[in-house]
Amino acid sequence: MIERRMGIAEIERVYDLIAEGVDRATPDKSELFLAKLSLALANLVGDSEAVANAVLAAGRDL
Amino acid sequence: MHVPSSEPRPSVFYDYKIHAYRRPEKMNQKQPANPVVIVGAGPIGLATAIDLARFGVSCVILEEDLQVSEGSRAIVLTRRSVEILQQLGVETPFLDKGLPWSQGRSFFRGRQVYTMVMPHDADDRYLPGLNIQQQYIEEYLIAHCDPTSLIEIRWGQRVVGISQNDTGATLTVDTPEGEYTLICDWVVAADGGRSTVRRLMQLRMEGRAYAGHFVIADIKAKINLPTERLCYFDPAWNPGNNVLVHRQPDGIWRIDFRLPDGESKERALEPELLHRRIDAVLSMIGHPVEWQLDWATVYSANTLTLGSYNHGHILLTGDAAHLLPIFGVRGVNTGLQDCNNMAWKLAFVVNGWANPVILDSYSQERVQAAREICEEGGKSTRFMTPPTRGSRLLRDVVLSFSLSENFLKDLMHWRTSRPHDYWNSPLNSYPEADREFHHGIACGQPMRNVKLSANEFLLDRIGSRAGFHLMIFVDEHGLTGDLQEILAAATNQPYPIHPLIVRPDDEPALDAGAGTVADVEHRISLKYDAAAGTVYLIRPDLHVCARWRRATAEQVLYALHCALGFSAVVERS
Repeated sequence: MIERRMGIAEIERVYDLIAEGVDRATPDKSELFLAKLSLALANLVGDSEAVANAVLAAGRDL
Repeated sequence: MHVPSSEPRPSVFYDYKIHAYRRPEKMNQKQPANPVVIVGAGPIGLATAIDLARFGVSCVILEEDLQVSEGSRAIVLTRRSVEILQQLGVETPFLDKGLPWSQGRSFFRGRQVYTMVMPHDADDRYLPGLNIQQQYIEEYLIAHCDPTSLIEIRWGQRVVGISQNDTGATLTVDTPEGEYTLICDWVVAADGGRSTVRRLMQLRMEGRAYAGHFVIADIKAKINLPTERLCYFDPAWNPGNNVLVHRQPDGIWRIDFRLPDGESKERALEPELLHRRIDAVLSMIGHPVEWQLDWATVYSANTLTLGSYNHGHILLTGDAAHLLPIFGVRGVNTGLQDCNNMAWKLAFVVNGWANPVILDSYSQERVQAAREICEEGGKSTRFMTPPTRGSRLLRDVVLSFSLSENFLKDLMHWRTSRPHDYWNSPLNSYPEADREFHHGIACGQPMRNVKLSANEFLLDRIGSRAGFHLMIFVDEHGLTGDLQEILAAATNQPYPIHPLIVRPDDEPALDAGAGTVADVEHRISLKYDAAAGTVYLIRPDLHVCARWRRATAEQVLYALHCALGFSAVVERS
């Protein structure tokens, strides 16, 4: 299970920011945008084991 | 010439009664001005009339139809709405008929992924939700209008013109016998989402309209499920969209689903397609039973409000003033809070007890509430009908994660209608005294209920007594010194103020005429952060407008002065 570290207001803000980012990236570039975002966030987390767990979690139930 | 239909609307559960058009007295003669004319006999117009009558203010209600609402429309009353109905003294038939509930469950790919139990305090009398069809809401309110000589409902009369000057307003009313002129001091426009008054006044709303369309269908079916909110995301028969199911009285079920993008309203209501989709919903919920259609319509979501609800002698309220999303049951529940906020102020102005500027506070407090609702309801709406590719992708991420992870599940919360906090109201006073409390009910917040015994609650003691309320907390010696002076001063006003003495024991009140409540277990004192000497001044709509740890008669009178718009705004808290 991914530990929850943000309150609802912060999660809502992040939700809107990423949604707007996808809209700005246009359909053919949104995969690139999301992959760049993932690597940037992984770097900020600074823990490759945690990133590996997140990759597994994100791969479920697609 | 307005010719309303006198054919009862078809329904498989509700027996529509036709209220005959009657020629108004003095139709073509010069007539004395009516104090208040309400446009629209929907739930909000009727509740406004009943609220005004509590203060002795009479009104005429103009209703263009001869019968109640077409279809069940607003079907969920919140706890706050039922508390408002209790203030109006009309709650009993609603509680007898309605189906109370408190939880919702959401499903995705056949699995239950989210459960929300709406907050319910042991001190609350009513559950968070009460399902009841709008036909019954209107019927019960109309029944309450009948016995009072103060409310005259004019059925089959449509407003076609409106104008105003410094002293009042003039309506042109069309009837089966032609037009006539109706003069009044005040107009309350409670004529709903397609408000004629709003259109005639050319008022524009601000905010956002969402593109997705939804079908609402009411069916009669034998389904053995409890009363709760059922939500299904992305069902196989309607990919990418969602379905809501609500139980109503009389074996009626509300089915609500989003249409595929680009599908027209006309197409969605074609009987064969609608039939197939309702069958698919019933199979999905595991009850593929026989059913009969009662009513169906198409709606879309909006977060729109007028920037002001008071325009001279014309006040707008409910959906006439704003169009809010269905998600979170925002329509009738927001409207009841609007008109409960407005009615006492209008009554006090009509009776000469308040400065007409307090009507500005109606607009200020309720426009602020509507903007909060647009913000909260907008989030729910963007989840239910994502307006862009990005928001749809993020919604799908939340659904996908919901099958294995918990960290995003709160985004599935549907943010139910709630009472609003008028923390910055110009009617509040003594902010420094308010800040001396650690908790309790702060200035601007609505009173909260307290359970006193098995079937007795604090708000029952307030009941339907119209006026201000003064809660005075005393010790075992009862009312002494300053508190006695406060009581004497406050009850010596031209307008109604009802004292409620909260005692720590069950000794009878020493002062005849003052209501007393025994707080032997200190439950009220705890909830209101009160000790002997604490005083709460509460507006007629049961929002606190001043409170003190220790007060003087002079302070209480000044706070009343502020609440009636007779003083400049005291420092805002």
